[in-house]
Amino acid sequence: MGFFDKLKDGLSKTRKSITEKIDQVLVSFGKVDDDLFDELEEILVTADLGVDTAVRIIEDTKKMVRERKITDPSKVKELIKEALVEIMGEETEKLEIEPSPAVIMVIGVNGVGKTTSIGKIANMLKNDGKKVMLAAADTFRAAAIDQLEIWSKRVGVDLIKQDEGSDPAAVIYDAIQAARARKADVLICDTAGRLHTKKNLMEELRKVSRIIDREMPNAKRENLLVLDATTGQNAVTQAKTFSEVSEVTGIVLTKLDGTAKGGIVIAIKSELNVPVKLIGVGEQLDDLQPFDAKDFVEALFS
Amino acid sequence: MSIFEGLSGKLQNTINKFRGKGRVTEKDVKEMMREIKLALLEADVNFKVVKDFINKISQRAVGQDVLESLTPGQQVIKIVHEELIDLMGRVPAKVTFSSKPPTVYMMVGLQGSGKTTTSGKLANLLRKQGKSPLLVACDVYRPAAVKQLQVVGNQLNVPVFALEGNTDPIHIAKKAIEHAASKLHDLVIIDTAGRLHINEELMDELENIKNAVRPQEILLVIDSMTGQDAVNVADSFNQKLGVDGLILTKLDGDTRGGAALSVKAVTGKPIKFAATGEKLSDIEPFFPDRMASRILGMGDVLSLIEKAQEAFDEKKALELEKKLRTQQFTFDDFLDQMQQVKKMGPLNQVLGMIPGMNAKALSNIEVDEKKLGHVEAIIKSMTAKERNDPGIINGSRRKRIAAGSGTTIQEVNSLLKQFEEMKKMMKMMSNMGKRGGKGLGKFRMPF
Ligand SMILES: Nc1nc2c(ncn2[C@@H]2O[C@H](COP(=O)(O)OP(=O)(O)O)[C@@H](O)[C@H]2O)c(=O)[nH]1
Ligand SMILES: [Mg+2]
Repeated sequence: MGFFDKLKDGLSKTRKSITEKIDQVLVSFGKVDDDLFDELEEILVTADLGVDTAVRIIEDTKKMVRERKITDPSKVKELIKEALVEIMGEETEKLEIEPSPAVIMVIGVNGVGKTTSIGKIANMLKNDGKKVMLAAADTFRAAAIDQLEIWSKRVGVDLIKQDEGSDPAAVIYDAIQAARARKADVLICDTAGRLHTKKNLMEELRKVSRIIDREMPNAKRENLLVLDATTGQNAVTQAKTFSEVSEVTGIVLTKLDGTAKGGIVIAIKSELNVPVKLIGVGEQLDDLQPFDAKDFVEALFS
Repeated sequence: MSIFEGLSGKLQNTINKFRGKGRVTEKDVKEMMREIKLALLEADVNFKVVKDFINKISQRAVGQDVLESLTPGQQVIKIVHEELIDLMGRVPAKVTFSSKPPTVYMMVGLQGSGKTTTSGKLANLLRKQGKSPLLVACDVYRPAAVKQLQVVGNQLNVPVFALEGNTDPIHIAKKAIEHAASKLHDLVIIDTAGRLHINEELMDELENIKNAVRPQEILLVIDSMTGQDAVNVADSFNQKLGVDGLILTKLDGDTRGGAALSVKAVTGKPIKFAATGEKLSDIEPFFPDRMASRILGMGDVLSLIEKAQEAFDEKKALELEKKLRTQQFTFDDFLDQMQQVKKMGPLNQVLGMIPGMNAKALSNIEVDEKKLGHVEAIIKSMTAKERNDPGIINGSRRKRIAAGSGTTIQEVNSLLKQFEEMKKMMKMMSNMGKRGGKGLGKFRMPF
């Protein structure tokens, strides 16, 4: 099939780093014109920013180019980076868990890395001197409880669990009582992966969230949405729908150790103003990093 | 979903801009292609794939087919839809079985794509088709992955082969095949650990498993929500292992699923299954036509278009358009039109597809389907002369028509009045289209 062959040819090109492509573009266009911006827009789309966001950023950049009367195409790249960092916010957003006690509810669709991220977060907080406890409220997926239990042992923190198939709200309730009794600083709640389109499962999540509100009304609260960096435009809908259940206070962007750029978080930040707080860069305990907008944007173009 | 939304509506708007200045031009087609490009990108189809696809479509679109058509928007959508289906394979692809059992399938993919659950689903599905499956737990890395497969196997009552404490997936796979042979399993499904396509060590490991067990099929499991990177993932796995088929998971969400097109385009390998839920029965054959509609975000619009195109004789439609413009529209034409429209189903939706009509303007026209029958009867009670020249229908003729059609004089009067109004409206509409005019407001058809 001619089509496939042609495509494969093209793909080796796609794999070239974005910077290389931008530089290529900048060199091939001797001046700052519409063709240049079209190419740049395409590059942003390839990083999963989505067409709307990409177009908006290009418009912002065009405006800056006009205002600053820029005629050198190589300056344009810096301008785009500036625009992106501005959207994402220069300051790194920290987990709001002071003063104790705090509850972190971890939510997201199936397989994005919730449980693994919880292991990593628990490790990070424990190293910060916090007393951390975990609640195994994914009572649905096969062996999800065992998975979290292994992480709790690796990190060396307590885990509250019930049997597979039991009511997640009941697990959370138990865990809150235990966290209180044992004077934990932070309780991290694992939840079952669920597609945001499942009404009943979203309702279940709302119930879990309400229990936390009711039982620990004065506790600091984080609702972390875990997003897989390979996810495309659907992540925006995910963020919107999960926010309807309980305000999402931050995003954990996982699997950035792959080739996906995770550009969709830029769309999410600009549309919903939800910041990325942490990033996952591997499957080990310490493969977790605070989100740094500058680094992230730099990586988009590398 | 209404046909006036989404890609179809956008294309129609593009067309309307050019209506009245004669046929659509190559430039118009270019604008339509831009809309299609955006739709595909919004659906997460890889941009390179989109580009190549658009090039291909453009060539077909500038061909006589579209330019000559009275419904270029629909024509273009039809071509796009057809090409998408063609790309994804016209008929559902099937898994194959080895002539020398056991048949071995190897499940591979990124972390979190759904390999373990899908392994279970596949075992369940093929057991129903008479196979005796064995599940093999080769994910020795992720915590509790082996346990997960065991729980799945237990729920299905399908045996699971695992070597507790052993961390060599190649050894486990080999032992599993021996075990399968001794227990007369004719199907072995190997669940492997999720891995990044750029992790050379782990990709080598997959190659080693492949060489050790010579699988009948290597099935790449891809999350349907994957974005632009899907091509890199699929290409890498395919280059390294030679993938035999793809399985798309999590299609029960609301992603448009453009990754389906990307991975198929880059590997050329068929998508064999669609996983549509967390239950172990939630797996089905992959239907390219459904996926094409989903990617375009068009739902059942396409079947309507098909119906509209079947029902409308293009030549007749051309004549009609001219008549409308020159005010020569008669009751015969009206009856004809009505009967064509009736063939197609829900009137509100279908009216917009009548060539020459402004879809946007028509979207708030009210249609009373019950009255249709009366109108038809009234027209049929007219003589040929009356239909051709409604001006001659005087009082006594009205009486006769009412009696003949089993309706009342009032109804006949109102139809005649509305017909005249409609002629005026239609003239306005075709003029309006030329100027890319606004909607019609609330306008009642005579039925
Ligand atoms: N490469 C990589 N894999 C990850 C990362 N985070 C999670 N994973 C893997 O993704 C898979 C799904 O993770 P899991 O925590 O079970 O997802 P959950 O279903 O959301 O709880 C597992 O194989 C994890 O090891 C990451 O940052 N990088
Ligand atoms: Mg989990």
